[in-house]
Amino acid sequence: MISHWSHENQQRAQQLLDAYPEKQSAAMPLLYLAAHEHGYVSDDAMREVAALTGLSSAQVQAVASFYTMYKRAPVGRYLVSVCTSISCYLRGADDVLAAIEDEAGVLDGETTPDGEISVEHVECSGACGGAPAVSVNWELIEGLGQDKARDLIKWLRDAKPAVVLGDEMQLLFGGRKSFDWGPPEKEGAIVALPAFAPYGTAKAEGE
Amino acid sequence: MSVDMTSKILLSRMESYPADSHTLERYLDTGGYAAFRTALEKMKPEDVVAEVKASNIRGRGGASFPTGVKWGFLPPDTRPRYLVINGDESEPGTFKDRMLLERDPHQLVEGIAISSYALDVTHAFVYIRGEYPKPARRLQRAIDEAYEAGFLGEDILGSGFDLDVTVHLGAGAYICGEETALLSSLEGRRGEPRIKPPFPAVEGLYAKPTIVNNVETISNIPWIVANGGAEYAAIGPETSSGTRVMSLSGHLKNPGDYEIVAGMTWRELIYDVGGGIRDDRELKAWVPGGASAPWFVPSEHLDTPVTIDDIANNGSMIGSGAVIVMDDSTNVVGAAHRLVRFFSHESCGQCTPCREGTTWLERILSRILDGYGRPEDIGLLLDVSDNISPGLAWPPAMTTICPLGPSATAPVVSIMRYFRDEVEAMIPGLSHAAASAANAESTEAAGD
Ligand SMILES: Cc1cc2nc3c(=O)[nH]c(=O)nc-3n(C[C@H](O)[C@H](O)[C@H](O)COP(=O)(O)O)c2cc1C
Ligand code: SF4
Ligand code: FES
Repeated sequence: MISHWSHENQQRAQQLLDAYPEKQSAAMPLLYLAAHEHGYVSDDAMREVAALTGLSSAQVQAVASFYTMYKRAPVGRYLVSVCTSISCYLRGADDVLAAIEDEAGVLDGETTPDGEISVEHVECSGACGGAPAVSVNWELIEGLGQDKARDLIKWLRDAKPAVVLGDEMQLLFGGRKSFDWGPPEKEGAIVALPAFAPYGTAKAEGE
Repeated sequence: MSVDMTSKILLSRMESYPADSHTLERYLDTGGYAAFRTALEKMKPEDVVAEVKASNIRGRGGASFPTGVKWGFLPPDTRPRYLVINGDESEPGTFKDRMLLERDPHQLVEGIAISSYALDVTHAFVYIRGEYPKPARRLQRAIDEAYEAGFLGEDILGSGFDLDVTVHLGAGAYICGEETALLSSLEGRRGEPRIKPPFPAVEGLYAKPTIVNNVETISNIPWIVANGGAEYAAIGPETSSGTRVMSLSGHLKNPGDYEIVAGMTWRELIYDVGGGIRDDRELKAWVPGGASAPWFVPSEHLDTPVTIDDIANNGSMIGSGAVIVMDDSTNVVGAAHRLVRFFSHESCGQCTPCREGTTWLERILSRILDGYGRPEDIGLLLDVSDNISPGLAWPPAMTTICPLGPSATAPVVSIMRYFRDEVEAMIPGLSHAAASAANAESTEAAGD
């Protein structure tokens, strides 16, 4: 195990290696874990994943560079991902992206100088019925118009939520949803990685 | 309306019990895991396969392949075998698996358990796109509950049958929805499609026989086993049996997920189910089955039936069941550009026609949009498309390892077929006479 990782993440790494018939399969979840340890998919992170899985560093690098969610450079505490694919485009996603860029003061692909907010456009987020769709640290908001998008950025800047909760953001800023979400959840994201234990960044609070 | 549109199967629990349809308690309360119990106690694995065959269910992931037939391709003697559930759902316009995972995860878990028993699988995987942490959390919780209740794990319900289920998160790559790319990704490699054959049923995960099925396909299995394959086959037209969840999006009054029985017309689906066009505008065109599908237009297709075969016979596909509706305010070049940009971004880059062709199509559409289109661009768009998919026929001819490349030509061919005058009108100085002259020359020019 990688000795400088948190005890919790060391345990998770072992669980991940045990979850698959062949340990190379754990490369993807371990990349999330390593990204959590290092803040992004750094060279050290990739070396550690190679050591854990028995893949070469070059192989891990080839994997990491294939997927858009493995960030090879630090991103903000809040990663704001704006869907600009077809259904969201038809419902004004380009204006939403422009409003978010303007309010955050950075362009698509950039991070604010204080390291708080990164803005990016992404392909279809699977929320087309609630277009336009935006997510923060992969927690989704549906039916987010331009004005509310600005409010979202202000809120992230001012309220600095420790845990990003989709249901909370949907209630504060969202509109039409693709379907009834059902009861609200108390699990959310604590960093700009998908909040899914045991794969990496996990939940912040139990339900 | 002549067709019964009420939801019967997949959405009934979440519609009746919106507060807790995702919990084990509610699932058990509404008859959950009874079909699995019946299968384990009263049916042989081959009896379960026979019911699935009898149901005539066809895959809901995009290719509409008959599930029972696919299951029959497994070589009889090789073990282990794997079952991999495709929850990568990234086809623009599609958001049904997300709902099934969040709102009724036990329905899928029971489907996985029954299918694994039928296929003699002891380790199943669910590949969920990385952008879906909430659906993954909901499913993982359901799996944990199922282990605790003895529906997963060792010696399930005293039957001697063992099953483990592992949830695997993707990391942002549409191409991983293609089944062989998905398997590469699950093996810890780049998500690049493999040449078929061998098909996954013969040589899949870790080169072992593997069945890949979509989340929605497998969510139907508990109902099929509980009610019998014949009962399922009796719903809807013979070759589009059962219900399916259609994701309606775009310029509709009521976008959303709707469980329908095949056979209604597009007019009924768009105006009755989807509520019609927002602000009572005119319908201009729609994509009948996800970003990869050639478009339909009201003058030709509004009164054709929504079935797998009718859509195919009309030159498109039902695909993932995603209907993207465009009203008369839509700039079709803008819409096509947005679709092509997606494919260009998502091309894995292995095949030259796909990698280069999608980049070219995007660039040409982009300059037309920006007002810098050239007269020869009309011919060039068709020529580049023809290089990716020779003949521009449907179903598309393949020069590539997977169908992503040919899919990228669908929006281009669609706007050239139905809205050519609008495309031409966006190119400065292009009169119709000039356009035809330019087209005659463009065949040679397209190569550079
Ligand atoms: C480019 C591409 C993307 C695909 N994406 C998905 C997807 O996200 N989900 C899915 O279930 N099938 C997807 N498919 C289809 C799968 O290859 C496969 O046919 C399907 O998962 C089989 O399940 P089914 O028979 O239950 O439909 C895709 C195919 C291609 C060519
Ligand atoms: S067609 Fe495109 S996406 Fe498919 S294998 Fe070839 S390059 Fe990759
Ligand atoms: S197109 Fe934006 S969520 Fe699907």
